[in-house]
Amino acid sequence: MYKAKVNVTLRPSILDPKGKATHHALQNLGINQVKKVRIGKFIELDVNADSEAAAKEIVESACAKLLANEVMEDFEIEIN
Amino acid sequence: MATFGVIVFPGSNCDHDAYHAMKHVMNCEVKFLWHKDTDLSGIDFLIVPGGFSYGDYLRSGAIARFSPIMQEVIKFAEKGGPVMGICNGFQILLEAGLIPGAMMHNHKLRFVCKNINMRCETTNSLFTSGLEKGQVFNIPVSHGEGNYFISDDGLKSLQDNDQVLFRYSDAQGNLTDEANFNGSIDNIAGITNTGRNVLGMMPHPERAMEMILGSEDGKPIFDSILNSLSVA
Repeated sequence: MYKAKVNVTLRPSILDPKGKATHHALQNLGINQVKKVRIGKFIELDVNADSEAAAKEIVESACAKLLANEVMEDFEIEIN
Repeated sequence: MATFGVIVFPGSNCDHDAYHAMKHVMNCEVKFLWHKDTDLSGIDFLIVPGGFSYGDYLRSGAIARFSPIMQEVIKFAEKGGPVMGICNGFQILLEAGLIPGAMMHNHKLRFVCKNINMRCETTNSLFTSGLEKGQVFNIPVSHGEGNYFISDDGLKSLQDNDQVLFRYSDAQGNLTDEANFNGSIDNIAGITNTGRNVLGMMPHPERAMEMILGSEDGKPIFDSILNSLSVA
């Protein structure tokens, strides 16, 4: 069994209203050192596969089909 | 007379509005189709209604898109069958890839539930053939994720192929930033596919069918559809 960690993020060209609102709230708290906030999703998967490469292939397929919408999102996969 | 099918997902909440509009206002035959159904025989026109299918977990429409009935809806649409997705239905059709683009959170992050104005952009579709180009409709919206997005190339292709059917406007039909309450690219409220048989729109014409509910501006759209189906 492999543990997969998937980060789904909005593509850099896309405005992130949630990140912007959160950035604004941080400024209101006086945390002015934070210059930018982008919010994505973190997804953890337990994957039954014979090898790390096979696990990665399964997770890539899951991301492309369902977990991310590649019109507006990118994803990164880490397998442990 | 055409028979309409209204798809019901767990979490749909405009399915009965669509049923009422077609059955009792438009006097058509209507059938509810459960998300686990796979039989579309006898259906001439499909409505994918609004709501929060499967709780809209992950992304709006992302899980509904893989339900058993959606595989049949995709086949139906690919054969040229007319499909109309309203609100969450629009989001599901986008996720299914039947129409291009994606939905993001409204740019001001608010869920917006109010009557808005939208302008008919083309009469070149079975959904809008009975309308007038430039005609303004006052109908309700009710969504948190209606901020339509598409790549620059995708937008150009939508524009070049006359695929934008409705844009958010003011009451006079001007495309202003204020009228574009959810931040959609190019004020887009509704688009069709290249085959022109699939419509996705965020506003709810099925909720604007009778004056007792505040507006009957949705009715000309369904008149147009019925007229197109009877001619076809």
